[in-house]
Amino acid sequence: MRPYLMLAPLLFVLCGLFGAALGLTLMRSFRYLPAVGLTEPDLSAYTAILTAPGFLESVALSVWIAVGSALLSAALALATALALRQAFVGRGILTGLIQVGLAVPHVVGAVGILYLFSQSGAFARMAFQAGLIDGPGAFPALTNDPYAVGIMLLYVWKEMPFITLILLASLQRIGPDHEAAARSLGATPWQAFAHVLLPMLMPSLLAATALVFAFAFGAYEVPLLLGAHAPEAVAVLAWRSHTDVDLAARPEAMAMAVVIAVIAGGMLVALAQLLGKAGWGGR
Amino acid sequence: MKRDVLSALARLALALFLLMPLIPLAIWSVAHGWRFPALLPSELSLAAWSYALSPVSGVVGSLGLTFFIAAVTSVIATALAYPAGRALGRLRFPGRSVVLVLVLAPAVLPAIAVALGLQGLFLRMGWTGTIWGVVLAHLIPALPYPTLVLTAVFARFDPHHEDQARCLGARPLQVLLHVTLPAVLPGLRTGAVLAFLISWSQYLLTLSIGGGKVQTLPLLLFTFATSGRNDLTGAVAMIYVLPALAFMALLLRQRSKTAPLPNRTDR
Repeated sequence: MRPYLMLAPLLFVLCGLFGAALGLTLMRSFRYLPAVGLTEPDLSAYTAILTAPGFLESVALSVWIAVGSALLSAALALATALALRQAFVGRGILTGLIQVGLAVPHVVGAVGILYLFSQSGAFARMAFQAGLIDGPGAFPALTNDPYAVGIMLLYVWKEMPFITLILLASLQRIGPDHEAAARSLGATPWQAFAHVLLPMLMPSLLAATALVFAFAFGAYEVPLLLGAHAPEAVAVLAWRSHTDVDLAARPEAMAMAVVIAVIAGGMLVALAQLLGKAGWGGR
Repeated sequence: MKRDVLSALARLALALFLLMPLIPLAIWSVAHGWRFPALLPSELSLAAWSYALSPVSGVVGSLGLTFFIAAVTSVIATALAYPAGRALGRLRFPGRSVVLVLVLAPAVLPAIAVALGLQGLFLRMGWTGTIWGVVLAHLIPALPYPTLVLTAVFARFDPHHEDQARCLGARPLQVLLHVTLPAVLPGLRTGAVLAFLISWSQYLLTLSIGGGKVQTLPLLLFTFATSGRNDLTGAVAMIYVLPALAFMALLLRQRSKTAPLPNRTDR
C-alpha cells in the first residue's frame, strides 16, 4: 500500500490534468460532445484531415524536421562527448557552455538563428563583405525555407548539448577499462570504439535521440518564427485549426492532436524499452 | 604539434557554436541602425535597454510574472516528486514500470497534444486567463524532471542512515531534516531547477491557457520579434536569458562544491 500512497499526489495531478486533457481531446476528435447534443461518436474528423491535402504534408514536414534534428544532434553529440572525455585546458569552460543551451528558451534561440542565417543576417553580411554574393537576395534561403533548414539548425543547437550531457554521464559510468582491455587484446582504436564502447553507449544514445525526435516533432514556436508559410509544421497547423473562426474545424484540430500524440507516443514506447535495457526498469 | 592546433581550433569552434545565437542578440540590443551589409553597428545606443526597462514596455512586470509562475511551478512539482521519487527509487511494487512510463509521458508528448484538451477542460472550470491556471498547465511538462531525478537519487540513497538516526532517538521530523534531506539535496536542487526552466521556457501552454491575459516573457519576446524591432528584441531576449543563465551557473557551482561528498561517505 505504501508506494501507492507516496505516488498518489503525483498521480492525482498527472491523471487529473494530463490524462483528462488527453481524454477530452480524444472524445472531441470523435465528435462526441454531449454538451451540444453530439452523442454519436464518428470518424468524420479523421477522414476530413486525412483526405485534405495539407495535413499529411505537414506531418511529413514535421517528421523530416524531427529525423533531421535528431540524427544530426546525435552524431555531433557523440563526437563532442568523445572529445570532451580527455582532460585539456578549458574543459571546464566548455562543459559549462554546453549547459547554456539547456537554459536558453526556444524562442530566444530561434530569434538568434534568424539574425544569423536570414538573408540579411550575420552570415549573409560576411558573405557580402567577402565578395561571395552581391546582395541579400543572393544568399541561400536558410530561414523560412521549404527544407526547414533554420528549424533544424535551432534544434541541433539546442539538443546537441542535451545528448552530449547524457553521453558524458554514460561515459563516466562505463569508465576507460573496457576499451583498454580491447586495446591490450590487439584492437585498433577504431575497433575498440566500434565494437566495445559504442554498443555500451547505444541504449542512452538511442534514448536521447528518441527524446529529441519527440521534441522537434511537436515544435510550435520555432517553426512559427523560422518556418515557411506552407506546408506548416503539424503543431502550427493544429493550433491554427483550433483557433479557426469556423467551429467545424475544432474536431479536426483535436484529431490532429491525437495523431501527433500517437506518433510521439510511439517514441515513448521505444524510449521506455530502451530505458529498461539501460537499467531503469527492473533491478 | 599540428594535431594540437587542430583540436584547439575544434574546441574554439564548439565554444562559438554553443554561444552562437546569443551573439547577434547581444549586439542588436545595443545597436543603433545596423543595416545590411555592415558587419558591426556603426553607432551604439542604450535606447532599447532603457525602453525595455521602463515601465511603459511592460517587460519588467512580465519578467516578475514569468519568474513567479516558474518558481511556484517548480516548488509544487518538486514537492509532488519527492514522495513519488522515493517510492519509485527505493520500492519494488506491481505497476512500477507503468507508473514510470506515465511519469515520462508528459515530457515526451508535445505540448500541442495536451494544449487543446486542457484549454477545453480549463474553460469549463473557469481557469483560463488566470495565473494559477497557467501554473497548473506548466506542472504537466515540469513534473517528469524532478520525479526522474529524485528516482535516480533515491535509488542510490542508503536508508540505513535513517535507521541509525532513529535508533539514536531522532524523531521522524529530525530524521527528515538532518539525515534524508541533506543526502538528497543535490538531486532536489537539480530537479527544482529543471522544473523551473521548463516553466520559464514554456510557450504554447501559456498561450492556450493564459489566453493573452497572462503575458509571460516568451510571449512578449515573440511579439517584439515579429514587429521587426531587432534592437528591442535583442534587449528583451537578454533580459529573458540572463536570469536563467545565472540560475544555471549557480547550480553548476553548487554541484562542483558538493561533488566530492559521495566519495567521503564511501570510505
